Amino acid sequence: MSERARELFGLLPVTLLVTAGFTAVLLSRTANVDTVTVSYGAFFLACCLFAHLFIRARLPAADPYLFPLAALLAAFGLVMIYRIDTDLARDQAQWFVVGLALFCATVLFLRDHRTLERYRYVIAAAGIALLLMPRLPLVGTQVNGAFLAVNLGPVVFQPAEFAKLAIMIFLASYLNDTRDVLVRGRFPRVSLKHLGPLLLIWGAAMFMLVFIKDLGSSLMFFGGFLALLYVATQRISFVLIGIAMFFAGATFFARTVTHVQERIDIWLDPFAPGVVDKAGYQIAQSIFAQADGGLFGRGLGESLVELPGGGRILPAAENDLIYALIADELGLFGAAALLLAYLLLVARGFKTALVASDGFSKLLATGLTAVFALQVFVIVGGVTRVIPLTGVTLPFISYGGSSIVANFVLLALLMIVSDSARRGPERSTPLR
Amino acid sequence: MNRQIVHLFALFTLLFGLLVAFTSRWTVLEAESLEQNSANRRTLLAEQRVPRGMILARDGTRLATSERIGAGESTRFQRAYPAGSLFSHPIGYSFVQRGQAGLEKSKNDDLTGDRNEFTSIVDQLSGGSQQGDDLVTTLDPKAQRTAVQGLGGRKGAVVAIEPETGRVRVMVSVPQFDPNDVPERYGQLNSDVANAPLLNRATQGRYPPGSTMKVVTAAAAIDSGRFKPDSVLDGGSPREIGGAPLENFGGQDYGSITLTEALTNSVNTVWGQVGERLGKATMYEYMQRFGFNREPPLDYPAEQVTPSGVFARGRLLDEDAGVDIGRVAIGQERLQVAPLQMAMVAATIANDGTLMEPRLADRVVARDGRLRERFEPARATEVLKPQTARQVGQMMANVVKEGSGTAAALEGIPVAGKTGTAEVDGRTSNQAWFVAFAPVERPRMAIAVTVERTQGFGGTVAAPIAKRVLQDLL
Repeated sequence: MSERARELFGLLPVTLLVTAGFTAVLLSRTANVDTVTVSYGAFFLACCLFAHLFIRARLPAADPYLFPLAALLAAFGLVMIYRIDTDLARDQAQWFVVGLALFCATVLFLRDHRTLERYRYVIAAAGIALLLMPRLPLVGTQVNGAFLAVNLGPVVFQPAEFAKLAIMIFLASYLNDTRDVLVRGRFPRVSLKHLGPLLLIWGAAMFMLVFIKDLGSSLMFFGGFLALLYVATQRISFVLIGIAMFFAGATFFARTVTHVQERIDIWLDPFAPGVVDKAGYQIAQSIFAQADGGLFGRGLGESLVELPGGGRILPAAENDLIYALIADELGLFGAAALLLAYLLLVARGFKTALVASDGFSKLLATGLTAVFALQVFVIVGGVTRVIPLTGVTLPFISYGGSSIVANFVLLALLMIVSDSARRGPERSTPLR
Repeated sequence: MNRQIVHLFALFTLLFGLLVAFTSRWTVLEAESLEQNSANRRTLLAEQRVPRGMILARDGTRLATSERIGAGESTRFQRAYPAGSLFSHPIGYSFVQRGQAGLEKSKNDDLTGDRNEFTSIVDQLSGGSQQGDDLVTTLDPKAQRTAVQGLGGRKGAVVAIEPETGRVRVMVSVPQFDPNDVPERYGQLNSDVANAPLLNRATQGRYPPGSTMKVVTAAAAIDSGRFKPDSVLDGGSPREIGGAPLENFGGQDYGSITLTEALTNSVNTVWGQVGERLGKATMYEYMQRFGFNREPPLDYPAEQVTPSGVFARGRLLDEDAGVDIGRVAIGQERLQVAPLQMAMVAATIANDGTLMEPRLADRVVARDGRLRERFEPARATEVLKPQTARQVGQMMANVVKEGSGTAAALEGIPVAGKTGTAEVDGRTSNQAWFVAFAPVERPRMAIAVTVERTQGFGGTVAAPIAKRVLQDLL
């Protein structure tokens, strides 16, 4: 069976999920079943089918599981958001289309991802600019105390979602060039010049922690950087130094910057009196929602979201805390299945890195996959209190245009790398 | 590089495993304690979304129903009580803002359909959503109404029990309250100390039992083998009991008199002597068997029942405390009883000496009419030998035939009973009592009636109420 036939078959379970999901949500509110809502599913599938045909034409050798897994997650996200609010679901469906369009555009205009290497400093500058934007006057917007969003007239977007792509592209390219020095150099001979990027990225992570006030993104970027550093240099010592530096910095700022300390106190005891109904309300409600789900969950559309007097019991149910809602409605089994779907996508990403033949392709696929996996870990870990809760989105599932569009571009890059790697040796030179 | 990529994937697999572990922790391992967390309003809010089952009288009259408010996802249900105040105490109330009381509380799991994890999964798979079951009670609206009318606004309580099964057919406490008013007027109802409308006098009231206690003393006397109904004692007045002179009602001197005659005429000095001769151990043994000194086994919230016994400063005295047992035997000392306890005493005599557990709930029925659970009659205690019970019953029959309880006599149906009048408020008013069962042969109903702070007596105030309620129930 060819790659693309496998992809088409992979879309079958997506079809089933969308159909079953929407049906379940509709059945749970028998009051207003109409044909408009049923057409959501059909429309979604038509989009997927179109994307499949596009991939067939442009990336015939790309990994066949990446797209169906992303579509599965996106479909799942649409069902959950539809279950919360039909208007939000309409927005999200539009963003899904925009995401697919950008996916196609990326594939069309970026014939060979290696051209990115040439523009690495431009891309790095763009990434840093994106990260700084939320702090700029006029366009910067503060969300929950963190500077995460940029307000451009009608569109509010979260630049960190796009910055993560730019930074990973830059790092993959930069580390591909300098890794020989880093690998061969003994410690006395590894000069500041070589450790420079490490310090620079560490500085950037600390900057984000303190000025952007975004622990989640900071963790994500720095983690992605360490993953790349490890793969590029094959040295665990760099990673350990990096982790030590991050913790030293984070601890220092936790002592000196109040909002970081507060986040950590909430994390350690969200149920403390005076915390549980104020600063700890989000994480406490997140955990109560999960406790409500049990092993099998309440069923799609059956959990308590709306309060009788209006308002929501679970804040930010459509973005930051959507995982808690999923655990509530589908239980431990549903939540674990979702994490498994993410892990499969991550596995295909790393597989792409494994089969890629040149250093840049390997590092790019690794970096993109790692930052994607870290994002899942940071938000799900926050919602389940493994780490302090910070506001990043659950890729492909959370409500939000920036998130879904940026992740589709990430997917496009991965599939471009995969396509060129799997086409065979004539287009690339062996690394070893 | 490839080795490192594989390591990296292994690391992420581990991290994702950690996420699954923490999700398990919240969804399953610690779910129960999280649901109990006081900051978690989900359980209460969720219960509001489930239509609670109805509570029905034994004849099917609706006593509590669920009314739908709102539509769609904001649908919730609120309790309505079509019978108003008539069943306020046995049924109680259930409101998210005010909590629960009465059967609404003790049978909450049945009424919300909250059975166990397995059945709710089956409900989910079969497409049914959780739904409360209906509760059919043992209560009788007609007799209940008669009891309320009989009390006529005077504070007091009436409890009627089927002796053979323990089914509570009437439970009235006056003043009543309208459970429909609880959400708005709870503060007012709760702070009305003078009338205490939320107090269920039938199960929580503590009153001096007066001479109705002599039924317990008579049962102990005969069942222990120490006395017979025709044993003769000195009914002179006054007599020294517990180191102080005790008088008969009106100071009357009855001379030598049998126990039967002493019960018929409620002769204090005779029963005081009997109590002293039996001694504290025997008296307490029989009180214990009748259910004193512990909470009655009623299917009712534990905080809404009181044990009966000797109290000092609001606390139940244990067996080792010093009491004047001669005066306990005639219902004085610091003896305080709940009307339900006295109905249980009458029911025990009526049921050949066997005390059945009193019941307010008869069965649980699903919405589709299927029987979910029937609460079968259960024996609580073998209190007396059957022969003793019949002898005491005959003595009580004499009370109604020719003694202080003639006001309870029913035409054509022989009634057995005992009056009681305890002086309260420094002898300025009386606690009037009447306990009874009927018919004397093959009894079908036992009853206890009490009226607070009346100028009348057990025989004149309480007995006529018992008569009217018994008439309805027989």
